[in-house]
Amino acid sequence: MTSTQTTMAAATPAKTTRKRASSREGQPQKAGWFARIVVLVLCFLWIVPIVGLFLTSFRPRDDANSTGWWTLFWTPSAWSRLSFDNYVTAWNEAELGNAFVNTLAIALPATFIPILVAAFAAYAFTFMEFPGRNFLFLAVVSLLVVPNYIAFVPILRIYSDLQIAGTFPAVWLAHIGFGMSLAIYILRNYMATLPKSLIESAKIDGASHFQTFFRLVLPMSVPALAAFAIFQFLWVWNDLLVALIFVGPGDNAPITVALRNNLMGQAGAGQHLVTAGGFISMILPIAVFLAMQRFFVRGLTAGAVKG
Amino acid sequence: MTYKILNTLITVIVGVGAAVILYWVLNKIAELLPGRWEDRIKPYLYILPAYAALLFYLVYPAVQTFVFSFANATSTEWVGWDNYTSLLQSESFQDTLFNTLLWMIIVPVVVVALGLAMAVLADRLKPRWESMSKTIIFLPMAISAVGAGVVWGLIYNYRPEGREQIGLQNAIVTALGFDPVAWLQVTTLHINSLFLMIMLMWAQVGFSMVLLSAAVKSVPEDTLEAARIDGADERSIFFRVVVPQIWGSVLTVYVTTLIGVMKIFDIVYVMTNGGFNTNVVGNEFFNQLFSNFNNGAAAAIVVMLMIATIPIMWYQVRNFRREELMA
Repeated sequence: MTSTQTTMAAATPAKTTRKRASSREGQPQKAGWFARIVVLVLCFLWIVPIVGLFLTSFRPRDDANSTGWWTLFWTPSAWSRLSFDNYVTAWNEAELGNAFVNTLAIALPATFIPILVAAFAAYAFTFMEFPGRNFLFLAVVSLLVVPNYIAFVPILRIYSDLQIAGTFPAVWLAHIGFGMSLAIYILRNYMATLPKSLIESAKIDGASHFQTFFRLVLPMSVPALAAFAIFQFLWVWNDLLVALIFVGPGDNAPITVALRNNLMGQAGAGQHLVTAGGFISMILPIAVFLAMQRFFVRGLTAGAVKG
Repeated sequence: MTYKILNTLITVIVGVGAAVILYWVLNKIAELLPGRWEDRIKPYLYILPAYAALLFYLVYPAVQTFVFSFANATSTEWVGWDNYTSLLQSESFQDTLFNTLLWMIIVPVVVVALGLAMAVLADRLKPRWESMSKTIIFLPMAISAVGAGVVWGLIYNYRPEGREQIGLQNAIVTALGFDPVAWLQVTTLHINSLFLMIMLMWAQVGFSMVLLSAAVKSVPEDTLEAARIDGADERSIFFRVVVPQIWGSVLTVYVTTLIGVMKIFDIVYVMTNGGFNTNVVGNEFFNQLFSNFNNGAAAAIVVMLMIATIPIMWYQVRNFRREELMA
């Protein structure tokens, strides 16, 4: 867990980090039975629901709707009936395949476009002196807390006037706006930890701010950029509220909306399809999360709040 | 589908490219100005696009929402305080407020407590087990509320007595000889709300654990040593030495979770849509806007939510200033 420690260090540059070389060094008492059992029980409770979803998603309709998934453990004969059929049905007939692509069409622009915009603002806040700097940055800090509900009614009216409600840009633009304060906050906190002397010497060498930003600061900030990108990607992928308000059901619906409306909301869909659909909706964020856990943790610790 | 994928890739490339060009142009504009002005104006040009986004998507709508909250359902006529008074006088909205309050009281405390317990206890395991157990607890953070709804639907599922239960909770209950229960319809003591809260706790404890774990590991070893030499037992070391030193992180987690809880929408919407007295403010806002088509009431709800977050905002800003001053 060294990554989390360095993360904290990066997130709160003000504090001196007094790390221990190893968390167990010199600690007389090892994991007692109490610690082991509590952790084991918690992990068991946390993972069981996911296991249930995973197993159910492979069971045929009749099995899934007549017996619990845990019966699989003592009825080996049911194992032979497991198949990918539910996934094929959910992907094609429940239109989750289309929705999967829609979600990518929303999440990718919403993740990548704001990065440069936020990075420029963060650069100005970190390395440039100007009147009102503190006030303007405190405004960003307070906007972190503002619930994005505040924007829906007016923005929806504007979108209807412009006739872009229900389109992809309508959603990803909204996500860019809502994610901007967090992006500036994370990137500025990270840039504040970069050595000032390096930027000073670049200036002495005659580099302009523009050059310093692109050649020096941006490449050095890659960990923070990645942290924000993962954070924003998971946020947008898993979002339901903004999607319901600015896209809604239909051909452009993202996966959360499609799963809710095409499967969960249909009484006849059955647990076998709902769980397969559920797993389709989770597979990409879980993969991103497991692969990039380190960066994700950094994003969380750097910008703990989002409005 | 291929068309959509291609379109997405083009959007990303054009979008990022446009941002680069925009800044190049802004930079050029600054450079065209005479020397002194260039340095004065440049910072503002650098923050301009980010602020434009914030102004358009948060600041302007906030003002507009405030105005709409004093207008009728279609925002065509002023109604004064009517939206507020009729909401606050309606019994169902009072229940909604009370439910939201229950969420705010229960969820953050449990999330902090479980997260801290996991952080402290997992720290004592062997590194391999520590990271594995943490990944398991952390994993639900990557799952959407709709996904969580599917996952927990399998736990809370209810079938009338006599049929085989496919929900885990009812399977256990019936195996113990009791009657099956429609868990999400039990309004006694708001037990159904509690089951929805468990879903949010399941998703949020990992976040709390990660932040608190980093804090626990940064507690200096010598303070623990000193306490041990003085003969303190593990319990008092934890409460008197560790907890005071990580209190800042505990508050951060608490406040962050609290903000999330105040805005809770998706879990309730997906599981009950506010039925059986489980409604919360976020869900009520959505229903006013999209079921009742009442802009005025929806706006009034948001304004109340906004006012409730002001103390938290003030706390955050104060906290930030203090930390910056220490730097």
